[in-house]
Amino acid sequence: MAIEVRDVTKSFGTTPVLRDVSVDVESGSLTALLGPSGGGKSTLLRVIAGLERPDIGTVHISGVDATRLSPQRRDVGFVFQHYAAFKHLTVFRNVAFGLEIRKRPKDEIRERVMELLELVHLEKLADRYPSQLSGGQRQRMALARALAVEPKVLLLDEPFGALDAQVRKELRTWLRRLHDEVHVTTVFVTHDQEEAIEVADTIVVLADGEVKQVGSPAEVYDHPVDPFVMRFLGPVTEIGGDLVRPHDIEISASPLDGGTPATIARVVRLGFEVRVEVEVDGQDGREAWVQVTRELADRLGLAPGDTVTLRPTPGARRLALSAV
Amino acid sequence: MARYGLRTLAVVYLLFLLVLPVILIIWRTFAGGLAPFAEALTSPSALHAFQVTVVVAGWAVVANTVFGIGVSLLLTRHSFPGKRLLNAFIDLPMAVSPVVVGLALILVYGRFAPVGGLLESWGFQVIFSTPGMVIATVFVSMPLVVRALVPVLEELGDEQEQAAHTLGASRLQSFLRITLPGIRWALGYGVVLCLARSLGEYGAVAVVSGRLVDQTQTLTLFVEERFQNFDQPAAFAAATALALVAVLTLLLTKLLRPKD
Repeated sequence: MAIEVRDVTKSFGTTPVLRDVSVDVESGSLTALLGPSGGGKSTLLRVIAGLERPDIGTVHISGVDATRLSPQRRDVGFVFQHYAAFKHLTVFRNVAFGLEIRKRPKDEIRERVMELLELVHLEKLADRYPSQLSGGQRQRMALARALAVEPKVLLLDEPFGALDAQVRKELRTWLRRLHDEVHVTTVFVTHDQEEAIEVADTIVVLADGEVKQVGSPAEVYDHPVDPFVMRFLGPVTEIGGDLVRPHDIEISASPLDGGTPATIARVVRLGFEVRVEVEVDGQDGREAWVQVTRELADRLGLAPGDTVTLRPTPGARRLALSAV
Repeated sequence: MARYGLRTLAVVYLLFLLVLPVILIIWRTFAGGLAPFAEALTSPSALHAFQVTVVVAGWAVVANTVFGIGVSLLLTRHSFPGKRLLNAFIDLPMAVSPVVVGLALILVYGRFAPVGGLLESWGFQVIFSTPGMVIATVFVSMPLVVRALVPVLEELGDEQEQAAHTLGASRLQSFLRITLPGIRWALGYGVVLCLARSLGEYGAVAVVSGRLVDQTQTLTLFVEERFQNFDQPAAFAAATALALVAVLTLLLTKLLRPKD
C-alpha cells in the first residue's frame, strides 16, 4: 500500500470534519476522493500531506509512519486548487524549487526541469512568470513542480476546480494519460462525479466526514451501498418506491407485468437522448423521468398526455427508499 | 461656480498651512547664500545631533523591522487567544501622545523605578541616554511596518508557503525564498515610513533624553534648542535639512507603494 490512513478523526474547533476514516491507496493507482463540499475530502488530503494534523489516528506512507512528520519530510507532491504558483519566480524556477532546496547540481536541475516542462507542454514558456500564463498552464506548471522532486505520492486538491469547463475536460484526459506514463500513486479530490468516474481507478466516496463506499467507478455507479451514494454518482429517479437510474427503465405503451402506470407530462429532446418526464400514479405528484434513445421515443410516438407503463429493466440496480 | 470656489478654498488652505511656512523657512535658510547654511550644519553641535539622530533612528528601524515582520506573521498566519487584543495594541502608539509615552518610559526605566534601578545597578543607563531614546522612538513608530505588511500578507495567503513546505522547504527557507520576496515592496514602504517617523520624532525623545546638548540631542531637539537660544540660522538650517530628508522619504514611499 502506498498510503494507509487508519481511524483518522479531525475536528476544527467543535465541528467534526473527519470521523474515524480509514482508507487504503494502492501503489501506482489513481484514486479519487469524491463527495459533496464540506464532506471532509480536502481535509483528508491535507492530513495525508501533513498540512493538517489528525486528532486521532495514523497515516502511513510507503510503510513508514508519517503521522508526526512535517510536510517537508513526507515526500509528497501537492497541487492546490488555486495553483499556489510562486509569483516572483519564472516557470523554470517554480519547477526547479524543490530541486534547488535539495541542493542538486545545476546541470541536473536544468535537465530534469526541461524534461518535466516538456511532459506538461510548457517548454516554450520556461522564462515566463505565472501571471503571464492561463489557468490551465499554471496548473500544469504546478503539477510539474510537484513531480520534480519525485514524490512517493502525488496529491491534488480539486486540481481543475478553478478552470472553465472546456479546459477542465482537456486536463482531465491529459491527467489520465500522464498517470499512465508516470505511474506515480495519485490521489485527487473532486466533487464532480463525472470527473471521478472518467479519471480514477478507484473512487472513495466521502460525506459528513465518513467513508461511504470504496470501489472501482463501475462498482460505485452500479452497486451503490445507499441512496446517498446512488444519488451522488449519477442521475436517479423514483418509481414504485424504488430509486432507479433513469436509463434503466423500460417504457411501454401497453401494460407490462409488474409495471407502474404513468402519464407523460413532457418530452424533452436533448440531442441524441430524450428525457421523458412522467407523473406516476399513486406517487403524490412527485415527478419521475425516464431517459430513452431518440429512436425509441420516435418508434413509440411518445407525446404529453399519453398513458404508459414503466418497469425497471431486468439487470437494473434498485434501492428501496422505504428501507432507509 | 461651486467647483472654482472649492478649488480656491483648497489652494488657500494649503498656501497658509503648508506652502507659505515651508517657503519662508527655505527662504530664511538660504537668505545669506549657501555658505552660512553649510556652516550652521557643520558646527560640532549640529554634527553631533545628526549623529545621534542617525544612531537612534537606525536602531529603531532595525528593531521595528524585525518586530514588524514577526508580529505581522503572528497576526496573519497563526490563531491564538488574545490575537484581537494584540492587534488593537499595535495601534496604541498612534493614539497616545508621544509626551505620555516618554513619561511612561521614565516611570519604568527611570533611575528610581524598579526596572530602571536594576538596569542601572548593572551599569546600564536607559533614561537620559541612547537606549531610552531608541525605546521611545521604537514605541512611537511601532505600528508602521506592521500596518504595511498585514494586508499584503493576508492577500498573499499561505498556500505558496504550504507548497514550499511540501516541496521540502523548512520554515526559514520558505520565509526567505517565498514570503520575503512576496512582501518586499510593502516591507520597503513600511521601513521608509518608519524611518521618516523616527527621524522626525520629537515629543517622546524630548522627555526621555533630558535634552543634554552634545550628548542626547537629536536633530529635532537641536532645532528647538537653537531657536530658543535665538540662533535662528542654525535652527532654520537644521529644519530645512529635516524637511529635505522628509521630502526624500516621501518620494521613496511613492516609488515603493505597491502598484497593483
